[in-house]
Amino acid sequence: MIVANRKPFEEIMEMLKPYKKILLLGCNECVTVCSVGGAKEVAVLASEIRLSRLKNIIPVEIKEHTLERQCDPEYALSISSFVNDYEIIISMACGCGVQTIAETYREKYVVPAVNTTFMGSSEEHGVWREKCQGCGNCILDKTLGICPVTRCAKSILNGPCGGSQGGSCEINKDTPCAWQLIIDRLKQMNMMEKYLEIQPVKDWSTSRDGGPRTRIREDLRI
Amino acid sequence: MTTESNLEKVLKSGSFAVTSECGPPRGADTEAIRKKGAFLKGYVDGVNVTDNQTSVVRMSSFSASLVLKEMGFDPVMQMVCRDRNRIAIQSDILGAAALGIHNLLCLSGDHQSFGDHPSAKNVFDIDSIQLIQTVKRMRDDGKFLSGEQIKGRPDIFIGCVENPFADPFDIRALRLAKKAAAGAQFVQTQCVFNVEKFSKWMEMVRDLGIHEKMYILAGITPFKSVGMARYMKTSVPGMDVPEGLIKRLNDTPKDEVADEGIKICLEIIEQVRTIKGIAGIHIMAIEWEHKVPEIIEAAGLYPRPS
Ligand code: SF4
Ligand code: SF4
Repeated sequence: MIVANRKPFEEIMEMLKPYKKILLLGCNECVTVCSVGGAKEVAVLASEIRLSRLKNIIPVEIKEHTLERQCDPEYALSISSFVNDYEIIISMACGCGVQTIAETYREKYVVPAVNTTFMGSSEEHGVWREKCQGCGNCILDKTLGICPVTRCAKSILNGPCGGSQGGSCEINKDTPCAWQLIIDRLKQMNMMEKYLEIQPVKDWSTSRDGGPRTRIREDLRI
Repeated sequence: MTTESNLEKVLKSGSFAVTSECGPPRGADTEAIRKKGAFLKGYVDGVNVTDNQTSVVRMSSFSASLVLKEMGFDPVMQMVCRDRNRIAIQSDILGAAALGIHNLLCLSGDHQSFGDHPSAKNVFDIDSIQLIQTVKRMRDDGKFLSGEQIKGRPDIFIGCVENPFADPFDIRALRLAKKAAAGAQFVQTQCVFNVEKFSKWMEMVRDLGIHEKMYILAGITPFKSVGMARYMKTSVPGMDVPEGLIKRLNDTPKDEVADEGIKICLEIIEQVRTIKGIAGIHIMAIEWEHKVPEIIEAAGLYPRPS
């Protein structure tokens, strides 16, 4: 899933400053699961904005609305009947959702209310960790399900570096060393001989380094 | 095949090698590097030139290596994978070899969050083991990573580092074996303070026969003060400073701490020299370069083979 954080309130208010009629748009997918941009968070942000405007005696009209999936043009179109009643759209979806809304309503000013941070998973209640960078050429078979591209701070394919200590990465104690995890797993699975194989230089052309990626499935096109 | 590296010559002759290092200055003035170099002149077989160590911007390792080369040193140019992609790496290797730098030390590099530009984007296109492979391929096969032919192969003695004190401990010798298999010909270890643990690591290294495939130089750092010893213990990732050493410095009268630090360093040199498979030492006297000649003389390692 995609994980995000809400932007600081001051930054949001700065973006909204000149506007009185605001459409606040949530998304029911990842940002709902990571509790940052679903219907609940839309309601919370809306009341924060109203309160702040009330304090400063600046009028505001906010419409709260949450789409099934903001990154899908079909759902984006579902708000076309009332979009024009508002001066600005502030989206609580990930960057993909914000861009879909902006592309769908080109005459509208669309701004983000969250900082999209990573593709990850939830490890325990309230804790998400980055797990994949979408490198386009998955090597999880070689590293027994732990991604060094993403979870090693230096994307080392033949780790661990000399900074690994007590299970933590050199960058801070709260970040597990991906290579410690990989080695623990290799040992557990009796596959340490895999460790001796030198992983060759990676072809990054399938990742973002090769330029923005597009996926076309001719069989699905109408 | 032998390169033009003096360090390689000394190691191949069977002499116990001594290297040290010069950190380039944080400016465009070469005086600082010449001054540090002047202390080491005649005392070392090769001098490492660090590459933006701890991710703090400094004069490039390449340029500072050239200044030291002009002074008559055999520079060991350090290269980290943090700041360059494979295009820049191969280009810098060609440039260095073209201008007479014949030793390259391949490292991952500290993460940029430690340095003065934590907001930088890092590269890490290839890792240190792949860097070793890259240099070897360029030198021995005359080929770029792309497979294309190189006109004028770089003549480079290939080095690497390993930290016997990082975790997981039991794979630290295996990782060195991978580096040897990739083509590394010498290794300089992380600073040795815990000789007992280092000896255990060397035992594993010998069991794997790595000491017969590459030259192993033990990293040596003298303590300047109790504060420095404490800082290294608590704040430098992968550093193992036994509490006993800190206590020993702590129990020494303040004006004698520096001397005690040198004494400890000489004892460590003495101990690692007796470990089978150790081919030399690499002295990292951080901002204390002027003490290096004294250490080398006191350790009975002066004069150096010419
Ligand atoms: S190897 Fe690539 S695709 Fe696989 S988890 Fe890592 S980043 Fe994602
Ligand atoms: S400590 Fe582990 S996770 Fe961190 S950079 Fe080194 S190998 Fe990667």
